[in-house]
Amino acid sequence: MNYVLKRLSYSLLAIGGAVTLVFFILYWLPGDPAELVAGQEASASTVERVRLQLGTNRPIGQQFVAYLAGLAHGDLGRSFTTKEPVLDRLLAQLSATLGLTLGATLVMVLGGLTLGVTSAVYHRRWVDHLIAGLTLGLTSTPPFWLGILLILTFSVVLHWLPSIGNGSLAQLVLPATSLGLVASGSLARMIRGAILDVRREPFVLTLRAKGLTGRAILLGHVLRNALIPAVTLVGILFGELLAGVAVAETLFARQGLGRLVVEAIGQKDIPMIQGAILFASVFYVIINLLVDLSYARIDPRLRG
Amino acid sequence: MPSLLEASPARPSQLQPFSGPQPTPASSSHSSASSPSAKVLPVALVRPVYAPRESFRLEGIAGWVGREASAWLSCLWLALVAAAALWPQGLAPFSPTDMRVAEILRAPGWEHLLGTDQFGRDVLSLIIHGARQSMLIGLFSVGVGGGLGILFGLCAGYLGRGVDAVVMRLIDMWMAIPPTLLAIIVATALGPSLFHTILAIGVVSVPRYTRVVRGQVLSIRRRPFVDAARSVGTSHLGILVRHIAPHCASPVLVLLTLGVGHAILMGSALSFLGLGVVEERPDWGYLLTEGRSYLTVAWWISTFPGLAITSLLVAINVFGDRLRGRMNPRDRAV
Repeated sequence: MNYVLKRLSYSLLAIGGAVTLVFFILYWLPGDPAELVAGQEASASTVERVRLQLGTNRPIGQQFVAYLAGLAHGDLGRSFTTKEPVLDRLLAQLSATLGLTLGATLVMVLGGLTLGVTSAVYHRRWVDHLIAGLTLGLTSTPPFWLGILLILTFSVVLHWLPSIGNGSLAQLVLPATSLGLVASGSLARMIRGAILDVRREPFVLTLRAKGLTGRAILLGHVLRNALIPAVTLVGILFGELLAGVAVAETLFARQGLGRLVVEAIGQKDIPMIQGAILFASVFYVIINLLVDLSYARIDPRLRG
Repeated sequence: MPSLLEASPARPSQLQPFSGPQPTPASSSHSSASSPSAKVLPVALVRPVYAPRESFRLEGIAGWVGREASAWLSCLWLALVAAAALWPQGLAPFSPTDMRVAEILRAPGWEHLLGTDQFGRDVLSLIIHGARQSMLIGLFSVGVGGGLGILFGLCAGYLGRGVDAVVMRLIDMWMAIPPTLLAIIVATALGPSLFHTILAIGVVSVPRYTRVVRGQVLSIRRRPFVDAARSVGTSHLGILVRHIAPHCASPVLVLLTLGVGHAILMGSALSFLGLGVVEERPDWGYLLTEGRSYLTVAWWISTFPGLAITSLLVAINVFGDRLRGRMNPRDRAV
């Protein structure tokens, strides 16, 4: 329990660090947001007024303190462009992105486990070679290209699935598949490699000598030992999914946090970028916290 | 210290052909450490067991690649892409800036093998001229990210305690933002240029390497052979470089080669979002974006640049697996 608390405080620290990092990176964004908001033909005095209104005329330190004070009260500021509270806007988009991320994670874990374990079981037989080719192709594919191919195949040619928008489950299938399938390639490769590595360890020989079946050894012992690198990778890949969401939502014209960030970056809407990154970070840190906590569960040697 | 290059007695099949001076059974520090005690252990027992290490002598490219067709094909493909990156004018049938109004959106055919885009430019020529961008991004950002990441991981895992805590908290902050998202922000903040894209992708990939290397080091440093090495007086640096690093090599190499591909992917994602290098230079990711608007009428504009990215990454990954087989003989047969 103590360990959990320690990890939790580290995670909070990490989120705080990330927020600080992003704040100062965004400060260096080229271009003045006030000029963008005021428009092309605005006079110097108008721009100055907008700057005052947005608060971007203050020194960076003061802006940062004001931002932190707002954050402590659950206030993420207002959008530069639409003047809406950032939090409301983000919460409205959260469910769409959450759905896509969960769908993609599901595809990734199921695909990765199935392909990885199967090819390790059929090691050096034709199934293994087939899966090796498949996962090699998947890890090498840009998710947005896979997305384009899926749109071409299932929407343009076959008319089976809708290619754009969100709302129905059918509209989730293509984006979630394009993101998750690509990630499952690396996961499958990692799981296969880890299983084969573990299978060579002496304890497997002992287990076999003691009379366990190959299936019991694989599921009860080898897989468990192979899970550590795989679980680490799941945490890392989850971040890829989160970022991939930005690309997928742009490609499939879906609402969501990812698209919001991309649009906000184009408009130099700093509070909006800040807020979206904060959301993504919290997500990501929680997942990696769970990954870290799962190590000790999977491998008792790492306890203490 | 060539005398340290010895295979473990447990795996006699991996004994390396040794061309240098004969290995001395034990260095002077070993004997001085064991001599004061009354019961002197046989030297063979206290001799540290080293990770099998591949000698990096050039045995000819043919021997290196081996007999597998896939390895040859991927090398050939890499060479072709490298040639395109170095000398695109020589390979491309048309100029990438050659716009012909009369030949807009031509389907793939004899004159334009991969068709033309919405400006009448030859897609094949655009792809050939885009190779340089991808290669530069892939190689240099892995150099930046991998170098820093491995260094941090070795230090954190081996030194432990304070160093580990500081490095890992730093990495936590780094990792608290999904890498591609961070790359998007850093690249936007730095402004569009090739160097900035490389820097952004390199910097955000550091945690990948650090975490894996650290985990690997943590699992290795308690193993008996590390204690054995320490007990015979090997220095910390020696243990780190000669005993621990080789055991990390296999997963890290896989990660590094995947990293080249990963960087290329990330770079193409940046250009796909219009945040990468959008200059007059052709870029595979950007070509893909452009073709997206013409998906229903001209599938070839998006499909072939994507195929170029994927095929290059397949070649890199096959090459990486081969390298892994070479570096870690245990994996050779896998």
